[in-house]
Amino acid sequence: MLSAESLALIDKEVAKYPSEHKQSAVMSALRIAQVELGWLSRDAIEYVANYLEMPAIAAYEVATFYNMYDLAPVGRNKVTLCTNLPCQLQGADKIAEHLQARLGIGFGETTADGRYTLKEGECMGACGHGPLCLHNNHKMHANLTPEAVDKLLDEMK
Amino acid sequence: MSLNAPNHKVCTWTLDYDNPASLATYTANGGYEALRKILSEKTPAEDIIAQVKTSALRGRGGAGFPTGLKWSFMPRAFPGDKYVVCNTDEGEPGTFKDRDILMFNPHQLIEGMIIAGYTLGAKAGYNYIHGEIFEQYESWQQALDEARTAGFLGRNILGSGWDFDLHAHHGYGAYICGEETALLESIEGKKGQPRFKPPFPASFGLYGKPTTINNTETLASIPWIMRHGGQAFLELGKPNNGGSKLFSVSGHVNKPGNYEIPLGTPFADLLEMAGGVRKGHQLKAVIPGGSSAPVLTAEAMMACTMDFDSISKAGSMLGSGAVIVMDDSVCMVKALERLSYFYFEESCGQCTPCREGTGWLYRIVHRIESGRGRPEDLDELLRIGKNIAGNTICALGEAAVGPVASFVKHFRKEFEYHIEHKRCMVGV
Amino acid sequence: MPLIEIDGQQLEVAPGATVMDAAHQAGIYIPHFCYHKKLSIAASCRMCLVEVEKAPKPLPACATPVTDGMKVMTRSPKAVTAQKGVMEFLLINHPLDCPICDQGGECQLQDIAVGYGGSASNYQEPKRVVKDKELGPLIATDMTRCIHCSRCVRFGQEIAGLMELGMPGRGEHTEVMPFLEAQVTHELSGNVIELCPVGALTSKPFRYAARSWELSRRKSVSPHDGLGANVQVHVKNGKVFRVVPQDNEAVNECWIADRDRYSYEALNSDQRLTRPMLKDGGTWREVSWQDALERVATRLAEIRASKGAAAIGGLASPHQTVEELYLFTKLLRGLGTENIDHRPAQAVDTQGQGARWLGMPVADLNNLERVLLIGATLRQEQPLIAQRLRQAVKRGAQLHVVHAADDNLLCKLAGKLIVKPSAWVNALARIAAALRDAGASVSLSTGDIQADDAARAIAASLMSGARKAVLLGAVAQNHPAANEIHALAQAIAAATGATLGFLSPAANSVGGQVVGTLPGPGGLAAAAMLGKPGVASIAAYVLLGVEPELEACDTAQARATLDGAEFVVLMSAFKTQAMDYADVLLPIAPFTETGGAFVNTEGRLQVFHGAVKPRGEARPAWKVLRVLGNLLSLGGFDYDSVEGVRADALPQGQDGIAAHLNNAAATVDLPGLNMAEGLERLGETPINQLDALTRRSAPLQATADAAAPRAWMCGDQLAGLNLNTGDAARIRQNGHEIVLPVDRDDRLAPGTVRIAAAHPLTAGLGARFGIISVEKA
Ligand SMILES: Cc1cc2nc3c(=O)[nH]c(=O)nc-3n(C[C@H](O)[C@H](O)[C@H](O)COP(=O)(O)O)c2cc1C
Ligand code: SF4
Ligand code: FES
Repeated sequence: MLSAESLALIDKEVAKYPSEHKQSAVMSALRIAQVELGWLSRDAIEYVANYLEMPAIAAYEVATFYNMYDLAPVGRNKVTLCTNLPCQLQGADKIAEHLQARLGIGFGETTADGRYTLKEGECMGACGHGPLCLHNNHKMHANLTPEAVDKLLDEMK
Repeated sequence: MSLNAPNHKVCTWTLDYDNPASLATYTANGGYEALRKILSEKTPAEDIIAQVKTSALRGRGGAGFPTGLKWSFMPRAFPGDKYVVCNTDEGEPGTFKDRDILMFNPHQLIEGMIIAGYTLGAKAGYNYIHGEIFEQYESWQQALDEARTAGFLGRNILGSGWDFDLHAHHGYGAYICGEETALLESIEGKKGQPRFKPPFPASFGLYGKPTTINNTETLASIPWIMRHGGQAFLELGKPNNGGSKLFSVSGHVNKPGNYEIPLGTPFADLLEMAGGVRKGHQLKAVIPGGSSAPVLTAEAMMACTMDFDSISKAGSMLGSGAVIVMDDSVCMVKALERLSYFYFEESCGQCTPCREGTGWLYRIVHRIESGRGRPEDLDELLRIGKNIAGNTICALGEAAVGPVASFVKHFRKEFEYHIEHKRCMVGV
Repeated sequence: MPLIEIDGQQLEVAPGATVMDAAHQAGIYIPHFCYHKKLSIAASCRMCLVEVEKAPKPLPACATPVTDGMKVMTRSPKAVTAQKGVMEFLLINHPLDCPICDQGGECQLQDIAVGYGGSASNYQEPKRVVKDKELGPLIATDMTRCIHCSRCVRFGQEIAGLMELGMPGRGEHTEVMPFLEAQVTHELSGNVIELCPVGALTSKPFRYAARSWELSRRKSVSPHDGLGANVQVHVKNGKVFRVVPQDNEAVNECWIADRDRYSYEALNSDQRLTRPMLKDGGTWREVSWQDALERVATRLAEIRASKGAAAIGGLASPHQTVEELYLFTKLLRGLGTENIDHRPAQAVDTQGQGARWLGMPVADLNNLERVLLIGATLRQEQPLIAQRLRQAVKRGAQLHVVHAADDNLLCKLAGKLIVKPSAWVNALARIAAALRDAGASVSLSTGDIQADDAARAIAASLMSGARKAVLLGAVAQNHPAANEIHALAQAIAAATGATLGFLSPAANSVGGQVVGTLPGPGGLAAAAMLGKPGVASIAAYVLLGVEPELEACDTAQARATLDGAEFVVLMSAFKTQAMDYADVLLPIAPFTETGGAFVNTEGRLQVFHGAVKPRGEARPAWKVLRVLGNLLSLGGFDYDSVEGVRADALPQGQDGIAAHLNNAAATVDLPGLNMAEGLERLGETPINQLDALTRRSAPLQATADAAAPRAWMCGDQLAGLNLNTGDAARIRQNGHEIVLPVDRDDRLAPGTVRIAAAHPLTAGLGARFGIISVEKA
């Protein structure tokens, strides 16, 4: 189900923990699986659970507890905007409006062409640089302005 | 500035250099010297703990617990595995200092964690890094590799015969994992649900083994303390509030950002460093220690100095040092609605008062905000808050209640106006 | 010992005790939901908050350790405020639909809300609705009622050893559920029903059948495996509505297996035999008791007269009571025959020197440090003993297994020898050799058998530690080399200071031995009685509660033999396949409809009373046997109560049983040290085919454990036979043949083909063990 590259990455994570605690790598393994597969299907979660020799339901608990896992398909570009108070004070509301108007979708939705998914996020620990968003979970874009947002969206294929 | 000279930039001095995060910058300016000295002189652990106690370093993660005291709880002689864990799960709205430490001074944290590992008899350490800062997770892992290659980590560190390794664990979007026992559960590959204490991590921590958990900034301060002595650190700040501290200033200021200042610096000075409030606006309120800290009015805040004791006397807490500044354009009901939503959304869900209560609080505040409030709602909010606070497994319960109680207390009129007029009295 | 004060009461408590323990000791009730004495402490419901002097906040009693001088107030204003606050939170999202809830009347939330709740709630927001989950045929869900106590989840992790339920989601979106599309399959799963303090998890078969307060509760004993789990039978209007556990720390703790819980459904099935029946000229008709019994007496007398008493054989089920087995035995001996047995599944007569038993108290299993488990398909045979050993392993016990299947016992194994059944004697001899090599004194010669590494590891483990046991399971007891296995197990136990024990397969396996339902001098044991037609010299069979066509060691042969018998009478609660071969059917009462006693695997005499009246014209078997004895003028059958029978059967009651218990083996040579060539069958009794009741319980038959048998073997074996999973295969054994799908299980030893015994779909095959051939059909 996962490529050799992904499995190698997972193995690297497993190696961080004592050998009897493979389960410690489940968060990373799910992340790695999600990067490769786009989202976490039932089969993907079960696969990861088996790989780490843990109950599937325990892996599913983890996948549903942490916000950044996608348990349903998302667009090629997931844009998660922080709307928490500090970002809000610094103009996140305006960016939210702009994003929604520009993409024609609300939070939690995906554009019809499957290019963008918009999500509302909680504090990303970079408040001083808000408003800000995450692109596909792993790349942060800070100090957003409507113009910067437009440019960013255009760059996302 | 450098780590060689005892100045107030305990964690941020590398920013004066072109390549602040590099191992070369760090070692060229006194980095890893403290570790080298400790290992070559085989400094007894008690001596290190004594220095940390003298420094009056208090935990930078929120609770302000004296670090030396916490370290002394660790059963260092306990046979078997022990761990040190660093808490970089910075997710408290307003806080963004630990990310900067990872970005601009990763090695000082590494050195601090190694010294902690040595002192506490740990076999390995983990740094739990907030999910949303993946780039810092990767860059800090690179710094670990550099340190390993340079002989600071792994087997036989600097020829001392002592082995220790460090790893990064990446979160994936759950504020509650900043709570230290939820964090441990998360490292164990489970849902991040706080554990009931006792037993405390010092006796039953990661994988059930003795564990010491500290905030990133706390651990990054250790090399400085070991290099210049606890007394020097203490003297940077004020009694019972040793050292400098990073303050993350956000919201309605002209220059949001991190400012490292000696504890005890007047708030007014900090506000000025951050560029002051926006032109044409008045300071209205400040949350001085991250979103969980009770809000203070502008007057109360302007009378404070930035240290644990002063802020606590004013009725709030220094917390993680996240200063959220609000000017007169802010609708306090809307601000509270967003914070209440946050705690509702982030409750782990295991204990009844928090699971059920945070949703209840949010729904009432949301109703008020959207013009469907009832006069009895405000007292109801306070009543529900009392039933949550103190009755939960972890402090998220109190954290959720703190804003509600303080917003209603200090800005009750605004809430009443909302209920009566079904709209906001602020601005438009 | 810390001295504390709780609600003004001074108390000395054990070190390490919690406030909850202390309250319990003082007889003070502290409301709670997540706390359960058998589960780890979650401290999450917060219902048990109490005030502790000098503590700034109320503390959860369940998780707070007592300290010397502690002063606890469980009903102070501060404590009560906290408790009321928690109760209010629990109720805001709980549907207040007690009148239609199955838990109504036995709901902890309802009870505690009355005692500790406030008046009406102020909650004005919409209530949460949670989708129900499909957990399988046994457990119904109403998840909106869940209060997130996590007991069901912890049960799976800690007691069952298998995490089937979890709590995905976060915050108020947290929901109890199995993994997507999965169901709950564990053999102890039904226990979550009692664990659930509200009506979120309830019994599916019982759903909406009755309200709890309408039911009368009768204590009873489960009639299935040798543990004899204590149960309560709940009845209304003369009908059994459900069976739930009855706490007994020494036996079943607070648990029962699913088969203990759901087998009652068979009692109400339309397969019940409710009137005596006679077959004349090939057609059955219902007759009076008088006619039926007279026919039996006449025929038995005739056959005895014409062919001798040795032409009569008696076979009883080990699930019958002490009193029934005793009278049954008395009747047959009275007729003059010694062909008597209660062990239909055994391949050989395994008489040693006494009644085989566990060798120790059941409760001691939890504290064992070393265990060697031989030929036990443990989770199927003894679901609750498997649970106890799991707890022992959790505490550090080293568990070793000798079997043909490396089944997942849901706990860590320290060592194992997984070889096909004919190699077990050899495997045990290797352990014995390893013990001898390591300096232990082994009383049995094992010839030139050499130890290997796996045997040496097991031997080393068994020679260390304390509190050890060597346990023989049902598979070992039914094995053709049962005597050799027994002798070796005894030698290993003696050499290592371990206790030798037998896991009694049936509720009254020990009782049957104690009252002597065994072949006497010159008599035939079950396997021989049911042996080849013509070879077996039996003309008349008296069957009590057994279904030899399913339960015998060699079912195909048993069936052929019975088909050819001159006269067969069956006393049974059900219409069985004996309709095809018997001549008289006598309806008897199952355990809920009669009183009696079982002797469990640890030798414990457990008496129970009938919970309802016998269905139709069914009668307690002891009464039927009494009349038969009298009709046959055997003398000594004038009992007027079941207690009277018991007094004869066990004159000293419980105290007399110990003298019978003896696990010593008969002396044997060990000829069979070399394994047979070729494929062999491993034929075990599936968990829900153990006896007449489990077999006929619709919910049990709908479980995953009751899936249709397949011919299981390891991947290499399948490949070697050119078969793929799901292929139909022709299975031949000793002249018998059936077709079954094959399947892959890499936990099986090479050469082993696992085909369930005691199952209608495999009854056409021969013995439980022995050479078989498998080829594509
Ligand atoms: C809900 C909650 C969130 C927390 N988040 C953080 C966090 O993001 N970072 C942190 O260092 N400590 C956090 N803490 C505090 C930790 O539990 C712990 O006290 C701290 O990491 C100890 O380090 P220190 O003694 O160095 O401050 C949080 C506590 C709670 C109750
Ligand atoms: S207070 Fe909230 S976050 Fe903390 S343990 Fe309880 S439910 Fe979880
Ligand atoms: S019983 Fe103590 S918190 Fe639930």
